Amino acid sequence: MNAADGMSGAAIRVEGLRKSYGERTAVRGLDLAVASGRICGLIGPDGAGKTTTMRIICGLLRPDAGVARVLGRDSAREPRAVREHLGYMPQRFSLYPDLTVAENLRFFADLFGVPASERVRREAELMEFSRLGPFRKRRAGQLSGGMKQKLALSCTLIHTPEVLVLDEPTTGVDPVSRREFWRILRELAGRGLALLVSTPYMDEAGLCDEVVLMHEGRAIARGTPDEVAAAFPRRLLEVRGAGLPAALAILTASPRRGVKVHRYGDRLHVVHDDAAQTAEVARLLAGAGVELHPVAPGIEDAFVELMTAPAGGEATP
Amino acid sequence: MNRILAVAGKEFLHILRDRRSLAVALLMPLTMVLLYGAVIDMELRDLRVGVLDLDGGDRSRELLRAMTSSGFIVEAERLDGRDAIEAGFRQGRLQAALVVPRGYGEDLARGGARVQILVDGADASTAATVANYLQAVVALVNRGLLRDAGLAAPFDARTRVWFNPELVSARFVVPGLVALVLMMICALLTSIAITREKEAGTLEQILTTPVTPAQVIVGKVLPYVALGALDCAMVLLAGKWVFGVPMAGSWWLLAAYCLLFIVIALALGLLISARSPSLRVAMMAALMVTMLPTMILSGFVFPIASMPGPLQVVCRLLPATHFLVVLRGIMLKGQSWFPLQTAALVVMAAVLLTLAIRSFRLRLE
Repeated sequence: MNAADGMSGAAIRVEGLRKSYGERTAVRGLDLAVASGRICGLIGPDGAGKTTTMRIICGLLRPDAGVARVLGRDSAREPRAVREHLGYMPQRFSLYPDLTVAENLRFFADLFGVPASERVRREAELMEFSRLGPFRKRRAGQLSGGMKQKLALSCTLIHTPEVLVLDEPTTGVDPVSRREFWRILRELAGRGLALLVSTPYMDEAGLCDEVVLMHEGRAIARGTPDEVAAAFPRRLLEVRGAGLPAALAILTASPRRGVKVHRYGDRLHVVHDDAAQTAEVARLLAGAGVELHPVAPGIEDAFVELMTAPAGGEATP
Repeated sequence: MNRILAVAGKEFLHILRDRRSLAVALLMPLTMVLLYGAVIDMELRDLRVGVLDLDGGDRSRELLRAMTSSGFIVEAERLDGRDAIEAGFRQGRLQAALVVPRGYGEDLARGGARVQILVDGADASTAATVANYLQAVVALVNRGLLRDAGLAAPFDARTRVWFNPELVSARFVVPGLVALVLMMICALLTSIAITREKEAGTLEQILTTPVTPAQVIVGKVLPYVALGALDCAMVLLAGKWVFGVPMAGSWWLLAAYCLLFIVIALALGLLISARSPSLRVAMMAALMVTMLPTMILSGFVFPIASMPGPLQVVCRLLPATHFLVVLRGIMLKGQSWFPLQTAALVVMAAVLLTLAIRSFRLRLE
């Protein structure tokens, strides 16, 4: 099913969004909808238009065309009304390093106009929730990367928003903290918040309820993570082992029609179409000191395939 | 209003936390008053003049005695030849030399005697002062000679300096320091504070809250206005207590003009921060646009009247130039009516503020 269908009550709704910076077009006609209680992942490489989209949703930028609505209000026309109910966490850690955890929270509570009585209650709740309680008096600059992100998240939650927009919140955060951070996001969704999260990590895409793959300002695929992965129409052979460089050299030295090789750190993915090609690759790599396994394609494979495919319309599973 | 106070309170914490900058902001103005008050002294206290007496007669000795007893020349050194003058200048032992030529006595009796004054011009401002002093001494001696001969000079010009009779430099410098300090705190520090926040991305972060850009700016600027006012008061009081700088006019009027100048400085600071891509650029720009002209071209130390024509036009375009006229007028003369300067300052404030607000709006989109 198309994720944009049946979401008339979407907390975030983006239609026909376009934005250029002079010559460069950042977003070229994007539709998007996120319902309350759902986490939507905006996946794509740098320059895909993720940040621009998010900034438009938050009312920081005006779109050239199209509209972004948050809880039914137009972000460009009523940015302040939108922000009362929205929490935005920009890509870079943007709190004050010389202020303590408590002072940062207090400052954002004041900016959002949270009344004093509610602020105290809310602050205690967020401290508990983020497990930052023991560090209340510590300067934000002296927190670890993961704790900084949790503090930034807490600051965007201080006014009890209904919509959260997080721009690459886990970039540069260690894996343990990343898992912890996603646990918190899942809990927030469980409380009914609508979350739009961008990430360059494909493994995080799997943690979203739905994903939108963005490339050059367009959505090139969307759906649940499984749907997007399942839309990958081709066979996949995973190559691992000590002879990886040799294997890569062999495969690039003798290109075969329709066979593509992608390197992901300690492994290669060989994309191809039929059993004959599988056998061919196995024959080429025999004796190269690598193991071959047919694997089920993930989002990453789908994404790389779609990105390198000749430009066409949006692939909708 | 609450949001403005929240931003101001946060900014205040920044200032308190940054001990080094705070120390600079509080101690630098005081240090500047003490240093400038003591150092930029137009009086020469230790004038070392060499004397080369080639005549050696009674009349030349009389002349030299008259010169040394005038009190202007603190230290006279007898030289034994022309070479000694150059050596004295080169070694920095002498700032000037007086040469009494052979036959001075006879020439004097005939009328039309000449003496030569040589001045080391390496330090131009000292040289000019030294030359003036020596000319004055010669004139004094001349008058004495005429009197002795039973004659009177056809006319005599007497100078009397008003408002600053002893030409105490502190009186002249302290008003300039007020301008400099206000520029430093209000323009330099504010532009740094805003650019830093822009660079760190925190400005974007707080603009995603319901706070408006105007609230952010007013809130950020308020602590610096307070700091500027505090420094201003420190400079004025230090000038009054340490150097006896008078306050002939109204403190209230002074405060009002300071406030007007603060607005101008803030607008400049905002303009700089809105146009600067980075903190380094902002700092350099603030130094170039605010501090340097205020120090050099405002008439703070160097008289505008002695600058070349085009530069004088630049001077007139500087807010500090007009502010200084007003400050000196109020403090030294007790003046209270400055139509021209007030008009200039108000126009500058309006133009700069409009530009600052406009460029800030543009940058935030």
